[in-house]
Amino acid sequence: MSELLLQLEGVHTHIGQYHILQGVDLAVPKGGITVLLGRNGAGKTTTLRTIMGLWHASRGSVRFAGDDITHSPTPDIACAGIAYVPESMGIFSDLTVRENLFLAARGVKSADQMDEARLEWIFGFFGALKKFWNQPAGTLSGGQKQMVAIARAIVEPRKLLLIDEPTKGLAPAIIQGMIAAFRELKQTETILLVEQNFSFVSALGDTVAVMDGGRIVHSGSMAELTEDRDLQHKLLGLSLDTNQ
Amino acid sequence: MTTISSVAAQDSALPRLRVDLLPLLLVPVLALLMLPLIGSFPTWVTLTVAGLAMGMMVFMMASGLTLIFGLMDVLNFGHGAFVSVGAFTATLVLLPMKGWVEADSILMNLSVVGLAILLAMLVTGILGWAFERIIIRPVYGLHLKQILITMGGMIVAEQLIHVIWGAEQIPLQLPTTFRGAFIIGDAALEKYRLIAVGVGLTVFVTMFLVLNRTKVGLLIRAGVENGEMVEALGYRIRRLFVGVFMAGSALAGLGGVMWGLYKETLTAAIGGEITVLVFIVIIIGGLGSVGGCFIGAMLVALVANYAGFLAPKVALVSDILLMVTVLLWRPQGLYPVAKR
Repeated sequence: MSELLLQLEGVHTHIGQYHILQGVDLAVPKGGITVLLGRNGAGKTTTLRTIMGLWHASRGSVRFAGDDITHSPTPDIACAGIAYVPESMGIFSDLTVRENLFLAARGVKSADQMDEARLEWIFGFFGALKKFWNQPAGTLSGGQKQMVAIARAIVEPRKLLLIDEPTKGLAPAIIQGMIAAFRELKQTETILLVEQNFSFVSALGDTVAVMDGGRIVHSGSMAELTEDRDLQHKLLGLSLDTNQ
Repeated sequence: MTTISSVAAQDSALPRLRVDLLPLLLVPVLALLMLPLIGSFPTWVTLTVAGLAMGMMVFMMASGLTLIFGLMDVLNFGHGAFVSVGAFTATLVLLPMKGWVEADSILMNLSVVGLAILLAMLVTGILGWAFERIIIRPVYGLHLKQILITMGGMIVAEQLIHVIWGAEQIPLQLPTTFRGAFIIGDAALEKYRLIAVGVGLTVFVTMFLVLNRTKVGLLIRAGVENGEMVEALGYRIRRLFVGVFMAGSALAGLGGVMWGLYKETLTAAIGGEITVLVFIVIIIGGLGSVGGCFIGAMLVALVANYAGFLAPKVALVSDILLMVTVLLWRPQGLYPVAKR
């Protein structure tokens, strides 16, 4: 088994009076895409937010690159090398595409100092960003905003990308394009991808974990899950049928 | 390399920039509409310059508050305390250095007022730091408690001013060269009001440049929209909070000095009296919007001045009427700030 980059052990998260994560055990190997699947309300987004420190685990531990980050503040977790693309995309709509990326480039003091080679690499996936470079991000379409959100996460090298439902609300044609982009990205990045769209992630994922009721109920290789229709139905049920 | 630009940019035309010019036009349109009603051009010029000067001073006091609300979601009803403390701190320079104030030298006058402003901004900035740490921090996210505790903080500040400076009114003399007016044709343009316009414009331009041309400014604007995402990018929003609170308090202190010199008399309630006006301005402008705050301040002051001349009884409620009108048109204010 390849080296583990992220490891959650027995993680519980409470939001107010609600006990959302009820002992999550999750391992993300270095390199490639680990997919976190599950129905609505299974706890996928809460898992990402707990890793990111936006909600804190009440029990259990989160280890990243060998360090315990369970109780670290969000900025420290980000600086440790984790980038987060939330379900809402978190775009700063009042700022231009350039300014959105500039803020994510923590190592530079002016937008002109951003790594041009890296930007060209990003434009290779998301060419539209070059065109909309000086447009306020709020004026872009949903697909273009998603490009900004992902580009912001990779504008500087990060050890791990947490991406929450990138295909939500996007047109099928754009989703196909995004599959191609993720295929390129996974050559160099480690990604923990939350999705409900099985057809999207089955084409991309290397490993998979399935959540239900705030716990991981299955983990293994994506190839194994893709081939086993009975297991898919058992684990994902109706949500899978509707997405295929 | 495969790209998704081809599919995602199906709507390949550049998105149309939504430059909302209507609010920008309000101030000149209002001023021009009033010209025939006032009838006399010199009177109109005098009233307009007086309105702009007052608007600039209100903007100085309100700009910090709108940023504090936008970034920190804090309803600081104690903001007026910084106005009062700023004005009273200025007396620590202006009263002992009376000779410089009375000297018929623009250099000495500017120096003594500049020194008073610097001290006032320093003291109110530090006070803002303490206010955020002691009073605001325990009540983040609790609006009702914020209102109560910040109003309490304001009362404490006013009483402390009474303890330190006494309960009597303190006359604040306008420096000699700041007095009088420039007479252009039949219009009289008071020098101090022109200075206030200059200082206000400088503050506005500086804020505009900082918010648009610096990383800290972009972070503040981003934080106003989505503070959580700013943290997820690796920045400590709490430090931004404190910095903005200190800057906002210092700006209120600057406004307090300018307002105090304008009124030429200080009482501990000087900040409290202006608080309602400041809140009206930031509501009209759109909570969290500096540009909206600027236009709101100009509108409020101009409407008050014109109404005072044309229909003095209406002037008593002109601010409220203006706010109601703007909110009926744009319920989120002139320039609503996008929130996550």
